[in-house]
Amino acid sequence: MAATSTRYILICSGKGGVGKTTLTANLGIALAKQGARTAVLDADFGLRNLDLLLGLENRIVYTAQEVLAETCRLEQALVKHKQEPNLALLPAGNPRMLEWLQPDDMRMIAAMLGEQFDYVLIDAPAGIEGGFKNAMAAAREAIVVTTPEVSAVRDADRVIGLLNSEGVKPIQLVLNRVRPKMMANQEMLAVSDVTDILALPLLGLVLEDEQVIVSTNRGEPLTLTGNSSPAGRAYTNVARRLQGEEVPLIDPSKERQGLRATIGRLMQTRIF
Amino acid sequence: MTLLDVINKLLGRQPASANTAKQRLQLVLAHDRSDLNPELLQQMRREILEVVSRYVEIDFEEGDVTLETEDRVTALVANLPIRRAKLPAPAPIPEPTLENELSS
Repeated sequence: MAATSTRYILICSGKGGVGKTTLTANLGIALAKQGARTAVLDADFGLRNLDLLLGLENRIVYTAQEVLAETCRLEQALVKHKQEPNLALLPAGNPRMLEWLQPDDMRMIAAMLGEQFDYVLIDAPAGIEGGFKNAMAAAREAIVVTTPEVSAVRDADRVIGLLNSEGVKPIQLVLNRVRPKMMANQEMLAVSDVTDILALPLLGLVLEDEQVIVSTNRGEPLTLTGNSSPAGRAYTNVARRLQGEEVPLIDPSKERQGLRATIGRLMQTRIF
Repeated sequence: MTLLDVINKLLGRQPASANTAKQRLQLVLAHDRSDLNPELLQQMRREILEVVSRYVEIDFEEGDVTLETEDRVTALVANLPIRRAKLPAPAPIPEPTLENELSS
């Protein structure tokens, strides 16, 4: 039966390496755990990595390319996650596909996925060129991932401009790799600086966390194994907020305890 | 200005970089969003100053035409200190003509 309320969410950033794919993998698992039927579509077929982060790299046989060419059925191309059967991965294709894939193809694939899933998460490639525009064609709403760095924020702004001109909305922001200590020392853009500049509502705030690297080494997203790490908790909370639950955002300045943190907060007080 | 800024200033240290980052971003984004290249903006600035200075005497040193952005809306902001208004050129006094003299 067709799920009429399927949400097609583009996960994008403009700049590479800010955490799009990590967010897609963790969000996909978290949503699946919360009972939502979720498909993750890797639209970054030039440099695809979503399979690796989900630990599914050895199980890919077909891609959306074969589904579109009708050499296989959608069910054959979908790679179901073993521990979280509510989650399935569909790689869009391989680099050769770049030449012939069009926005309409992405729309068709997304519509097919919409027939059996509640969420279709589309992992966009970096950049704002053809690959990104193809990925955007399949989306109705978007999550922009950025870090508190000038280059990432600038690129995010370009992407937001494109999303606005295509009428993709709502657009929400996930601020990734936040370092509370640097923010306290005013050596990193404040959360409010980024949200003011980009003028987007904040869907999530993820602290810099070494466990992210450990989890990618294993191919087991943090949200899969529980919520023992700050980033894992943050990703789970992003999923809950997407589902409409009200979950308060963390305050980076309160993440640090003790005398040094108190002095740090004092230093930030505006005196004139 | 925050307490940290004051301490940094007293110790002769560089101010914290977050504020610099914010200011640089706001400037570059104003340009990115308006799609105006610096050359075009410069030309527009020159022409605006030219038009305004036809009417008032402006302080070219202090004057500035910049792009500012807030809430994704970019505005062209001209700050042009006026030294004094230029007096309008005296209207030409009609020459007395025979017709005028006759009618009066």
